[in-house]
Amino acid sequence: MSLLSSYFRPDTATATGTLLAPARWRPLEILFWLVAASLLWLAPSKVLLLNEIAILALFVLSLDLILGYAGIVSLGHGAFLGLGAYVAGLLGKHGFTDPIAGLLVAGAVSGLLGFVTSFLLLRGSDLTKLMVTLGVALILRELANKFSNITGGADGLTGVVIGPVLGLFEFDIFGKTAYAYSLAVLFVLFYVARRLVNSPYGLLLRAIKGNSLRTGAMGVPTNRRLVQIYTIAAIYAGIAGALLAQTSQFVSLDVLDFHRSADALLILVLGGSGHLWGAVIGSIAFKFMYDYLAAITPQYWQFWLGLVLVLIVLFGKGGILGFVQVARDWLAHRLKQGGVP
Amino acid sequence: MLTILFDGFAYGMILFVLACGLSVTLGLMNFINLAHGAFAMAGGYLTVVLMNRFGVSFFLCIPAGFLVSAALGILLERTLYVRLYARSHLDQVLFSIGLVFMAVSGIDYFMGAQQQLITLPPSLQGRVNLFGIQVGVYRLFVIAICLVLALALQLVLTRTRFGSQLRAAVDDARVARGLGINVSLIFTFTFAFGSGLAGLGGVLGAEILGMDPTFPLKFMIYFLVVISVGGTTTLTGPLLASILLGIADVAGKYYVPTVGSFIIYTIMVVVLILRPQGLFGRATTR
Repeated sequence: MSLLSSYFRPDTATATGTLLAPARWRPLEILFWLVAASLLWLAPSKVLLLNEIAILALFVLSLDLILGYAGIVSLGHGAFLGLGAYVAGLLGKHGFTDPIAGLLVAGAVSGLLGFVTSFLLLRGSDLTKLMVTLGVALILRELANKFSNITGGADGLTGVVIGPVLGLFEFDIFGKTAYAYSLAVLFVLFYVARRLVNSPYGLLLRAIKGNSLRTGAMGVPTNRRLVQIYTIAAIYAGIAGALLAQTSQFVSLDVLDFHRSADALLILVLGGSGHLWGAVIGSIAFKFMYDYLAAITPQYWQFWLGLVLVLIVLFGKGGILGFVQVARDWLAHRLKQGGVP
Repeated sequence: MLTILFDGFAYGMILFVLACGLSVTLGLMNFINLAHGAFAMAGGYLTVVLMNRFGVSFFLCIPAGFLVSAALGILLERTLYVRLYARSHLDQVLFSIGLVFMAVSGIDYFMGAQQQLITLPPSLQGRVNLFGIQVGVYRLFVIAICLVLALALQLVLTRTRFGSQLRAAVDDARVARGLGINVSLIFTFTFAFGSGLAGLGGVLGAEILGMDPTFPLKFMIYFLVVISVGGTTTLTGPLLASILLGIADVAGKYYVPTVGSFIIYTIMVVVLILRPQGLFGRATTR
């Protein structure tokens, strides 16, 4: 029995164990990536949907970095997604077709915007933060709309040409390359984020989220840390946008819409924030929910979305992962008691 | 030129009525209620239904819009909002966005996605000559109502027993309760009042702003801009901010249509960079 319960909570007996336990890869996590990769062969008809999920997961992951770990509320995270998408799209349109170089440039440009705008977030209350992030996203959308000679305006940016990945794999119309490519990028960035949040740096971010006044008094350069994580999150979101533009070979004003930012928030709380897997699981659940609801009530699916959101806030603290955690603790408790045969 | 100034002023006054309800809930109760526009939409659609289907006079719709939205506010506050006062701002944001999504689809389902039009009574149509400028009667009417309202609101909050009880309840609910103030009743009343003001704004704005199901999302940004630029500690802040934004928006759309709503957003971001607590707000310790 004790063996089983220690499976649920490995190595939490010592301080070092508590710090290291979440950093260790669990079998379930490895299994997840193996299944995700094998779907390329197991479910080839679903790869377009899977590609969307992978990109969405990356975008929500980037929001989790700032919201779940550093506690920065943002209503305009879509700004970085949109900027990344336009940068990658414009590069592809003007003859710069290597996808990975495009990703890096898009990530860098979004990161730059994140760095510059992060200074606006260091002062003021939650409301001020919400408004500034929202304002930045709105300004960006207006810019994309006004400079329609560059961005294509409401008609969107067409004629995006993307070369083969690594010079080897052409993008095909079925989306197999696209999914493999997006999944690989998601995996690499997930790995990096996992290392980041389980490092002392990640712990520090959580301390800042808990009480920024106190961390400041402890001598932590709180503002500098927030600027860093906001920039990193912007890079992530920019790369997600670039993936979106490259795999669909099209960018429209839709990427900068308010609903992108709102959806990301929703997905994150659906999955569970402050936990990188929350972003992934939330994205999967959201896409399936969307497909299901949109099939029944194509026009009014937003109603059910709103209802789910309200219910999660009222009753389901921690989203899906929070629920799993509660269930797991309960099970582990029962096992420890020896109450279950 | 003066006509634009006047139209902008009227537009700003409507923004003020819409936003001052939010400044009551957000500023006084410290609740980030993004669903404020949904209450405004309730007032607006009530007017549309009453006037176009039942032929009720517009003048009756004004109090009706206030009362129905306020009743809706009481209902939602008692059942849902009251559970979220102590929660984080993020929870409040998510919850109220959820409500907005539901309201948008709900109205779409019952009323259709098209823009709703109302016809003003003849006594409010047309233009009059005022100090040498041609001004719309309806806009003059709106300005008059809004000014009276602003004055009354300011007096209620600063001069009455209720106002000081409310401020006490907000500053420290526990101590206020200890002093025998019925905090939850005051909060319910205040929330209902804020929602009622939103509904009133919806009635008055139906003709100028237009009513369609995306109203709460479309104007949410404007309300929030007014509140964050004006600050939430006083009513004068939102009042001046709405007038400023109304004029800037109307003048901007008239003189430099290519720039569009760019002006408003830029004003907001610049103001928030320079003064995070708003132009007229005091820095609070919270």
